[in-house]
Amino acid sequence: MRIGSRLSTHLALAPALLIALVAYCGAMGWTIWISFTNSRMLPSSVFVGLRQYTSLMANERWQVSVQNIAIFGALFIAMALVLGFVLAALIDQRVRAEGLLRSVFLYPFSMSFIVTGLAWRWLLDPTFGIEKLGHDLGLTWFRFDWLVRPERVIYTLVFAAVWHASGLVMAIMLAGLRGVDPEIWKAVRVDGIPPWRAYLFIVVPLMRGSFATAIILLAVSVARLYDLSVAMTNGGPGIASEVPAKFVMDHLFERGNVGLATAAATTMLITVAAVLAPLMYWQRRQPARRPV
Amino acid sequence: MLEYRSAAFVLAAMLALAAPTSAEEQRAEVIHWWTSGGESAAVKVFADQFQAAGGTWVDTAIAGGANARTAAINRTVGGSPPSAMQLNTGKQFDDLVENDLLANVDAQAAAQNWKAILPPSFLEAVTRNGHEYAVPVNIHGQNWLFYSTAALAKAGVQPPTNWDDLFPTLDKLKAAGLIPLAFSGQQNWERNLFNNVLAGRGGRNLFVAFWGKRDVAMVKGPEFRNIAVTFKRLRDYVDPGSPGRNWNDATNLVIQGKAGMQFMGDWAKGEFTAAGQTPGKEYGCTVLSDHGIAYVMGGDVFVFPQLKDANQRKAQQLLARVLLEPDTQIKFAQKKGSIPVRLDVDTSTLDACARKASGWIHDANAQVPANEMLSPPALTGAIQDLISQYWNDPNMTTDGFIAKVANTMTQQF
Repeated sequence: MRIGSRLSTHLALAPALLIALVAYCGAMGWTIWISFTNSRMLPSSVFVGLRQYTSLMANERWQVSVQNIAIFGALFIAMALVLGFVLAALIDQRVRAEGLLRSVFLYPFSMSFIVTGLAWRWLLDPTFGIEKLGHDLGLTWFRFDWLVRPERVIYTLVFAAVWHASGLVMAIMLAGLRGVDPEIWKAVRVDGIPPWRAYLFIVVPLMRGSFATAIILLAVSVARLYDLSVAMTNGGPGIASEVPAKFVMDHLFERGNVGLATAAATTMLITVAAVLAPLMYWQRRQPARRPV
Repeated sequence: MLEYRSAAFVLAAMLALAAPTSAEEQRAEVIHWWTSGGESAAVKVFADQFQAAGGTWVDTAIAGGANARTAAINRTVGGSPPSAMQLNTGKQFDDLVENDLLANVDAQAAAQNWKAILPPSFLEAVTRNGHEYAVPVNIHGQNWLFYSTAALAKAGVQPPTNWDDLFPTLDKLKAAGLIPLAFSGQQNWERNLFNNVLAGRGGRNLFVAFWGKRDVAMVKGPEFRNIAVTFKRLRDYVDPGSPGRNWNDATNLVIQGKAGMQFMGDWAKGEFTAAGQTPGKEYGCTVLSDHGIAYVMGGDVFVFPQLKDANQRKAQQLLARVLLEPDTQIKFAQKKGSIPVRLDVDTSTLDACARKASGWIHDANAQVPANEMLSPPALTGAIQDLISQYWNDPNMTTDGFIAKVANTMTQQF
């Protein structure tokens, strides 16, 4: 009986497993192999060793992309976590119209990055966005043109992405907060601990799981950051807001340089694995709430 | 009579329905990216002419050149190719030919005597190892200067004729409170503006030396330095909203008279036409050249993947013939804003700008093959990154730019 049910479980899982093996691992293996060939527009099988990787590392646009994703990743994750947690903590004060506020804050997340990018692009465009509004109000000194300044443009992507994601973080955090044992709050009140200290030193450590989940979700959207950059700046001005995924896409298709694109994709894969693996390990190590 | 007609209609409809099973049907699926208003009107000319010649046109329009090319190439490599696909005139199909995925059109080339009717650079662009692999369908000029007559009148200036004239004109436009140069700060347009300066100041040979021969010595010479300086100088005449702007939004600034002029390919005429403006009246067109006319010419081609089915191969041959017929060529050009690729058609029905260009394509010295015809996309892209950085980054010096270009040209692509 037991063996039979296990067999049927395995049979039921087989198609999913097969798809995962062929589609994910197969494609991954193939991408890695292609990155060692001299493929241009079409895949070839002429082995060239690490040539694609050496030209990748020497490529200035790749260097800028990597630098950008580091700045973006750190700021975006930190700001989205802080903002999301603060929003959740505020909503958790049993405010009126909680449902409405929750929907309002979560709303940006329902939009695609393309829409988000376009909306922010219009807002930040100095000729008809916020800067123009300032000028129309008579504030002629007002200047907010980060979108068109190469050294600042990456921060505008951070703004847009934080606006987009902090609602989601809020929802995760709110669920975490609601999971905190009410007895703890009673104890906090009895001991006269100020709320900010209670949040920072008691509640936050209790919510490790929520934080790990939020960080993993945010980190994934950092790694695949592509459409926001395309919609908002298209990598510009110049190459100032280029990101690795866009490097891969452009070289894979428009530029017919499959070898270089797969080398970049493989480099991304290794980096993502190196960053995400410890995070996932940390999340799985969470003490289980109930004994199974 | 009416009954008779409707009976004929029903019969025709039945025939059309039955068509897919007919052994004689000449059916061709065509992938292209002509989806905007003027473009789809133009591609309809091809479809109608092909139907009239007895073929069945199956239209697969995919928005965006890169998307359409990717889809078509993937299908070809994957074994279910379309009958024909649109590409830009140039090196985009090199890999397809090398991998033996395309059928040649030698028979059509011989029958229509391409040697006599096509500009030499366009014949060369479709020929690989002595065989013709693509049918060129049009010529797009990429280095026009469009100007608003009203804006120039407001600033009290005449349209410039060469690059030295240009800067005083731009200064006066600026003084008149206008945006001197309408610009769309996206990477490919930054490259196109650079190519304008390269062709206009440097002339045909220098343009070919840069993109075609990757002549590093030339790049390090004084002439190229002057070109790089001129290009960067144009930066002073664009408005702060230019980064990221779409090319047609920039054209609209000229249409509204808010900006004086714009460097753009002849497809910009579509925007002027849509706004009810005509060349020579509300707007003008010219090509700035320091060494006689240097007209940068690109265009579109159709290639024909190898197919197994004999009927479909026949349909490919029919399509290849129809695309280049004089009647098709002129009707297509009228809608598209391009000029016919055939030298022997009557262009008197085209607009004023196109008539100017039709004269230049008979002069071999005036013809500059476009960027895409000279360099593979990978090299073009790498240089484009540098051009874009040089344009946007105030800290990048001219010497730094030249050194990086020279270095990129020596890399393997």
